[in-house]
Amino acid sequence: MSNNIKLSTENLDLYYGQTHALKNIGLEIPEKKITAFIGPSGCGKSSLMRCFNRMNDLIDGVRIEGKVLLNASEDIYDKKHDVTSLRRRVGMVFQKPNPFPKSIFDNVAYGIRVAGEKDKSKIESIVESSLKRVGLWNEVHERLNKSAMQLSGGQAQRLCIARSIATEPDVILMDEPTSALDPIATQLVEELTFELKDRYTVVIVTHNMQQAARISDFTSFFYLGELIETNPTKKLFTNPDSELTEKYITGRFG
Amino acid sequence: MAEGTKNIKSLIGYVFIGILAASTIIPILGILLLITVKGIGRVDFMFLFETSTSMETGGIFAPIFGTIILTMVTMLIAVPIGILSAIYMSEYARKGRLFHFIEMTIINLAGVPSVVYGLFGLGIFVLLLNIGVSILAGALTMGVLILPLIITVSYQALRTVPDSLREASLALGATRLQTVFRVILPASTPGILTGIILATARVAGETAPVLFTAAAYYLPSLPSTVYDKTMLLSYHLYAISTQVTGVSEEQKYGVTFVLIFLVLGLNGLAIFIRSKISKKLGALN
Repeated sequence: MSNNIKLSTENLDLYYGQTHALKNIGLEIPEKKITAFIGPSGCGKSSLMRCFNRMNDLIDGVRIEGKVLLNASEDIYDKKHDVTSLRRRVGMVFQKPNPFPKSIFDNVAYGIRVAGEKDKSKIESIVESSLKRVGLWNEVHERLNKSAMQLSGGQAQRLCIARSIATEPDVILMDEPTSALDPIATQLVEELTFELKDRYTVVIVTHNMQQAARISDFTSFFYLGELIETNPTKKLFTNPDSELTEKYITGRFG
Repeated sequence: MAEGTKNIKSLIGYVFIGILAASTIIPILGILLLITVKGIGRVDFMFLFETSTSMETGGIFAPIFGTIILTMVTMLIAVPIGILSAIYMSEYARKGRLFHFIEMTIINLAGVPSVVYGLFGLGIFVLLLNIGVSILAGALTMGVLILPLIITVSYQALRTVPDSLREASLALGATRLQTVFRVILPASTPGILTGIILATARVAGETAPVLFTAAAYYLPSLPSTVYDKTMLLSYHLYAISTQVTGVSEEQKYGVTFVLIFLVLGLNGLAIFIRSKISKKLGALN
């Protein structure tokens, strides 16, 4: 592959207590591309994604072995690694839109404010550009001080995307970002995701194989905690290397 | 025929439920009405704002002032400790044996009779720490009394904040502490305020805990520091009802009226603030 590798794992194992949830994962995620993780529920794709911004740290009894590297050299599980700065550089969008019960403005400004930004005009311009980038500015610019809880599901999810790009991350992790949205909102978020790859490396977990096929450049298929196959999306969906992948994408199990 | 009996049955059911519901409201309204009718005639400017020269007839500014000050000092002590304890339990403590032990302790503390708190306060604050019978000793005692209430209600309010918001905040690079103070506390403020309201009402109305720790039977002047004793509405009412002879019925009802509407007024104010805040934030979910 000629692409730069943004994220990679080496011999990564993850345990929830006694459960061995990820088994010896070695994976490379290219920069400024969309990589989709597919596989049946419980296959470990979300767990793996949550290793990239260390959100698994929050769960009691998680044990991780192996390496997760950012930009090929930073070991993000190194004890000295600053988790808060990692999470600013590796943003995350969740399955269910989760705006804070704050104003629209304060939602988008949150990440830079907790990072210590105090300059009002700078915050304002970042909020504006982030909302513009997700195509929400025209819909909300007159009510930036209104609660974000009043937004529709699709708007709220785009707000969450704006919120995570406001900190200028390198990587955006999306954990089934459209599974709680209607088809029109889903299409908007998909189009947005497609545009995001100009500037960001995107990793998206999805249950929707059409979605993976539509928007991603690379797809990884997981099964029972193992990485079965990673390939360019077109190849994986037309001519997969593994028989298991073929069975899954043709709907014979999962 | 069958349809008819069914209707009659459900009608009887509704009436029965209605009567039960009314039976909870009627006594409260009855008490308020009785106190208002018998006491409101006594309430005028002099009654509220004059410091009395006589227990029997005088104005009750001293006990009103004492109750307000004692309540405020109590809240200054108990609210920060209570909320921080609740934050610890909700956001930091691992849900292990120690956690359940603390939880059990708090639940049990809430069930201890208030006179026991009074004796505890006398033993610890007044005598052992040698603070003396004073507003401070009374407020500390009251603080211990209402801590379980504040912690329990605040803890529940914090738990109603969905984990998705915690995750969102942490995923944006916030620390745990920032998450608590910028997201979780603001989102649970309405619930926490409810706890504080309940506690405030409790403090203003309780007698037993301050009996030995803060209350003065009669004082010719207002307390000037927290190390002074103070007159209190609740104790004043108790005193003029049982200890002093020759107090008119109207005077007693007047004091009762003021006490009960002070408490209700505090509640009303806090409910107002709470609804304002939740409107501004937008309801969760």
